[in-house]
Amino acid sequence: MAKLNVNGTLREFEAEEDTPLLWVLREQLGLTGTKYGCGIAACGACTVHIDGEPTRSCVRPASTVTATQKIVTIEGLSKDGSHPVQKAWAALDVPQCGFCQSGMIMAAAALLKQKPKPTDADIDSAMTNICRCGTYNRVRAAIKVVAKGGDAKSAGLTIQHVGDKA
Amino acid sequence: MSRAVNTPAAPLAPSRRAFLKSSAAGAASLVVAFHIPFAEALAQGAATPEVNAWVVVKPDDTIVIRIARSEMGQGTLTGLAQLVAEELDADWSRVTTEYPTPGENLARKRPWGSYSTGGSQGIRGSQDYVRKGGASARMMLVQAAADEWKVPASECMAAASVITHTPSGRTTTYGKVAAAAGKLAVPTDIKLKDPKDWKLAGKRLARLDTVDKTTGAQVYGMDLKLPGMLNASIKDCPVFGGKVKSFDAAAIEKRPGVKKVMLVGDSAVAVVADTWWRAKSALDALPIVWDNGPNAKLSSADVAATLKAGLDANDAVIGNQLGDAKAAIAASARKVEAVYSYPHQNHATMETMNATVKWTPQRCEVWTPTQNGEAALAATSEAAGLPPAQCEVYKIHLGGGFGRRGATHDWVRQAVEIAKQIPGTPVKLIWTREEDMLHGRYHPVTQCKLVAGLDAKGEVTGLHMRISGQSILASVLPQNIKDGKDPVVFQGLNAPGPEASIGYTFPALLVDHAMRNPPVPAGFWRGVNLNQNAIYLECFLDEVAHATKQDPLALRRKLMANHPKHLAVLNAVAERVGWGKKPAKGVFRGLAQTMGFGSYVAACAEVSVSKEGKLKIHRIVAATDPGHAVNPQQIEAQVEGSFVYGLSAALYGECTLKDGKMEQDNFSTYQVLKMDEMPKVETITMPSGGFWGGVGEPTIAVAAPAVLNAIFAATGKRIRDLPLKNHSLKKA
Repeated sequence: MAKLNVNGTLREFEAEEDTPLLWVLREQLGLTGTKYGCGIAACGACTVHIDGEPTRSCVRPASTVTATQKIVTIEGLSKDGSHPVQKAWAALDVPQCGFCQSGMIMAAAALLKQKPKPTDADIDSAMTNICRCGTYNRVRAAIKVVAKGGDAKSAGLTIQHVGDKA
Repeated sequence: MSRAVNTPAAPLAPSRRAFLKSSAAGAASLVVAFHIPFAEALAQGAATPEVNAWVVVKPDDTIVIRIARSEMGQGTLTGLAQLVAEELDADWSRVTTEYPTPGENLARKRPWGSYSTGGSQGIRGSQDYVRKGGASARMMLVQAAADEWKVPASECMAAASVITHTPSGRTTTYGKVAAAAGKLAVPTDIKLKDPKDWKLAGKRLARLDTVDKTTGAQVYGMDLKLPGMLNASIKDCPVFGGKVKSFDAAAIEKRPGVKKVMLVGDSAVAVVADTWWRAKSALDALPIVWDNGPNAKLSSADVAATLKAGLDANDAVIGNQLGDAKAAIAASARKVEAVYSYPHQNHATMETMNATVKWTPQRCEVWTPTQNGEAALAATSEAAGLPPAQCEVYKIHLGGGFGRRGATHDWVRQAVEIAKQIPGTPVKLIWTREEDMLHGRYHPVTQCKLVAGLDAKGEVTGLHMRISGQSILASVLPQNIKDGKDPVVFQGLNAPGPEASIGYTFPALLVDHAMRNPPVPAGFWRGVNLNQNAIYLECFLDEVAHATKQDPLALRRKLMANHPKHLAVLNAVAERVGWGKKPAKGVFRGLAQTMGFGSYVAACAEVSVSKEGKLKIHRIVAATDPGHAVNPQQIEAQVEGSFVYGLSAALYGECTLKDGKMEQDNFSTYQVLKMDEMPKVETITMPSGGFWGGVGEPTIAVAAPAVLNAIFAATGKRIRDLPLKNHSLKKA
């Protein structure tokens, strides 16, 4: 049995040495929020954090991650969707089909942890995830909302949420 | 009619909670959740009967709105719910949705109409009957309350799921009278609200499906897990039209987890294993000998040569004709002529094709992301060898559709054929990205020769557009081709009318098509034929403007006098961008307009090109007149997304043939637009009323020509074949 520390819990699994972390997460550990998009680290849908570093898990053999390294997946970013990045994403209705968004959110969370006030150039170089629906401009706006302490109004995009005053 | 039929299943999304609840209850009940409608309600001992086909109101006032079209990111789910809830006078904070299954639709004689979610039809194609569904449910609920109170229904009014008897002030809620309402006759005389009175429709409401997409909780087809499920990986012959000659199953059968190695049809091999990664790894190690068949030597150059010959061939079919364009051109003082072309492209949905199937000799069930549940059911029935009544399809939210998951269900057929070889065991087939890239249903390849005749003053006397190339219908719906004509080829170039009509009046016009179909499967690709037709016409008009020293906007306005709706969106864009005023130094502008999928769209791009030839798109201004705007913030999302799709195509999109197969097999060779290249987009939504247009696709068509025309303004280079990556924009 191999062991991994995922979302704060030590998890045991069995897989061949070359099995990518992505497929251990999805198939052995039941964490399907992390997505398969390309298998060659080109699209970023599989992004997780390993000791805080955004990592494309589709090309990272699980056997190269030790049990002392802390893996965080989209399911572990917060218990209830309350991470500032998730809240900004919901406030601006960022996702369309949503398939790339776990990876987008993990990449954005890592960027904002490293650079709480990222410039557009910082965003461009950190956010290389592919989205085919075309959510890029809302992704950028949501990152800036987080940088402004969660002030969704600063994005200048009016969206009526249930519970908002009319 | 049985109760089960009255209350269709809510398989996964949108009723994910029901799914999670039942899956938590144990493996056995998980499968049951897919069979028995309203698992949640049944678990509590009683299913909630519907008010009508579109609306269920639970005793706690939760409202369940049934949505037949598929959610793939475009916001249709929320938009349709807004329309139903509007007419229902529902409390929006209590609205949820579910997909009725295609099997239920069939069994009940199609109360939910078409399931097809393509052609930007989601809202415009069903708005009338879904609104009537909401209105009819409201009338029944009000009548039930009035009956209980023994007062005339005309003395009662409804608002936010509460019914009030106005004279007495008595109130009740939808949940309390829903059971009685469901027993009443469905009204036939239904009056819909005037859109100016809308309270929910037309508003910038948040989507209903956002939160689960930010937490990883949204279940896509690829994420599905059933008890005892096995996983499959497949390789179809990479050469179009090729077959399997042989494979050495013994070489991989002993690998860990491998259960079965099998032929699928006559062209594919699949490995079934306990996990997908093991299935995929084993398949990678499997020696397969292919019979590459008749197309083994085919290249893109061969296809291009065939299409080029079609530009002057005599076997063309006419799509639009006014006067005698050929004679007008022959008699003209001067001609402008150009040939354009547009390549094959893959949809490249982020979620690759997948389906989970359980087959027994009596029944076949399929869980899959599909743009057309009914077409998926038909494909299932054929592949399973069972009548449709013994099959069922459970729709799951799509990780992108863009047309790939609508017309053909090739991956569903494969998954059924695999599951048939392991009766009783659910099998999930997932395509690798490579499989997805090599077995797409590609954007059709066409070329277009445009010839304009000009008089001595430089005015256009006639235009001939000869399109040569691939027909989508010939690939996916050959029965819809009449007298050799594929009408879809002429999108955006049709005679004046409500669909994809040309926005210009030329003194004489001929648009014709020489059909040339390479052996590459074509499909509806978001934006469809409007994409290249708008490039051909809008870039060529820019060429005419340049050749006759006219301002591109002024020339268009002159030709658009009889097309006020086309002109209105173009004018709106020109005004916002400040067309008459000079842009910033080094910045250049390009315009484009078109009409398709029922809507009128225009765009202006502002670009700069560096000395080294590097393109930067600074700003896009885009206008849309969709007739009615159901959710303006989602229209903006669709317009922005359309530029990502359209600019990905313009900058990078091409699938090229070599030795009968596509050369691009992943995002490393099939580049798409990323954040660093995404321009600012300013969206003008200007619904003029009186018609219903779609918004998911039309704007894609103006993305490329607006940018190409701006590039010409910046560099003097006229790009007539895409993608841009194949051209140097460096100043000569």
